[in-house]
Amino acid sequence: METVYLDNAATTPMRKEALEAMLPYFIEQYGNPSSIHGASKGPRTAVREARDTIARTLNADSSEIFFTSGGTESDNWALIAGAEMCSPKGKHIIVSAIEHHAILETADYLEKRGFEVTRVPVDGDGIIRMDILEKSIRPDTVLISVMTANNEIGTIEPIKEIGMLAHEHGILFHTDAVQAYSHIPIDVQDMQIDMLSASGHKFGGPKGIGFLYVRNGIRLPPFMHGGEQENGRRAGTTNVPGIVGMAKAAELAHADLEKNIAHMKELRDHYIERVEKEIPYCRLNGHRTQRLPGNTNFSFRFVEGESLLMSLGAEKVYISTGSACASGSLDPSHVLLAIGVPHEVAHGSIRASISERNTMEEIDYAVDALKKAVERIRSLSPLYDDFIKKQKEA
Amino acid sequence: MYDGEYSDKVIDHFTNPRNVGEIENASGVGTVGNAKCGDIMRIFLDIDDNGIIRDCKFKTFGCGAAVASSSMATEMVKGRSVQEAMEITNKAVMEALGGLPQVKIHCSLLAEEAIHAALWDYSKKHGIVINGLKEPKHDINDEDHC
Repeated sequence: METVYLDNAATTPMRKEALEAMLPYFIEQYGNPSSIHGASKGPRTAVREARDTIARTLNADSSEIFFTSGGTESDNWALIAGAEMCSPKGKHIIVSAIEHHAILETADYLEKRGFEVTRVPVDGDGIIRMDILEKSIRPDTVLISVMTANNEIGTIEPIKEIGMLAHEHGILFHTDAVQAYSHIPIDVQDMQIDMLSASGHKFGGPKGIGFLYVRNGIRLPPFMHGGEQENGRRAGTTNVPGIVGMAKAAELAHADLEKNIAHMKELRDHYIERVEKEIPYCRLNGHRTQRLPGNTNFSFRFVEGESLLMSLGAEKVYISTGSACASGSLDPSHVLLAIGVPHEVAHGSIRASISERNTMEEIDYAVDALKKAVERIRSLSPLYDDFIKKQKEA
Repeated sequence: MYDGEYSDKVIDHFTNPRNVGEIENASGVGTVGNAKCGDIMRIFLDIDDNGIIRDCKFKTFGCGAAVASSSMATEMVKGRSVQEAMEITNKAVMEALGGLPQVKIHCSLLAEEAIHAALWDYSKKHGIVINGLKEPKHDINDEDHC
């Protein structure tokens, strides 16, 4: 086995077709779509078609798609501009406790600027507590932001219910769909989504490109200033190759969505089944079925995550940890703590994220390597020794 | 991941750690760190009547740097007198490992503390004074550190 890449939630390799679609827009069709001479025509058409493509995948209108530099910018834009826009009506916003830092830290920023933020907890599977969400709504609540699916544990949130609840109260609803878009079906009409963030490199598109969907009628003010691009809503020279590449990747992902989901679920469930059967003292984090087709997240007791990743890395299995050492801070993942994983167990957690390109052979190879690595790390662990001794005594 | 930032020495000591295990009836045992922080080191010393460390073993729960630091520290104390072992600093462990990333320096400190804790246990059991040795600060029940 050459390498087994199971970190697709971090980023994906580009689809070849997406790269090929981009190439003409670097040297041949290099024009700026905002120019009015002939060189701008091809690029302008390409961007228009890309916008149409993206809109179709969401059941949205093309005029509702705004290209950005990626998920982080989209999240910052939606939250900050959305909160500011609504501030005459109220200054209270609601987010879930397990949002990505692009939302959580933006909410912290808004808090410092005079907004009030409620962070709604989740249950043990990572599903937002709808009862608490509903109780958190106040007359001055203007914005709710809950992610479509969590990046660490893969739990899919009840977006439609949240959208309906928000609209019953006349509240703007944003969802960070960076992990979900092009991985599960999303219909902004049916799910009552007002704003949605997505990022190109999470589904076979290039890095440095994303978009924000903004429902028609919402006059979201610009976040980037200094130009009339994106209908005057997002300044900055249009990233033509990026947009074309992302749209191609989205088109391909949606053409095969059902097939890809079935394939990824099969691999995911095989991984989960084998780990649970063959590696003792583990726990699956996140919801068992309301879960992204490609996500797995396990905690292994008596094991520290980074050393596990290093052992796996030596076997050319590339996965990720949501735990302490990765960020250089000693606090384990806020998501794992929010679903009730104890501190010391959260340290030994790893996320393997599967894509449509992975094969059953790769999954088996990865689980074999994981099994060996957990055994080896436990053989070094004084905690495991103490645990086994206690068990013998009991 | 820190994989790329680790020196070859660190990778080597993580992949093939020296002196893993326990010593039965050890002259001194020290455990430092705590699970909540994600690092626990336990060091076992076998010390002869002349105060020379004949054998040293370890068990560590922690990141790659923690395992490598423990492994290197056990190599460094073997064959030394207790007083010499006392004077091995975290800097010496780090240098021997070819350096550690900034955020991993505490791992080498933990190795120094683990040796001191084992020496403290030995000095207590045998009524021996080791110059400069203080009672270890950290133990696995102390959740405040980290």
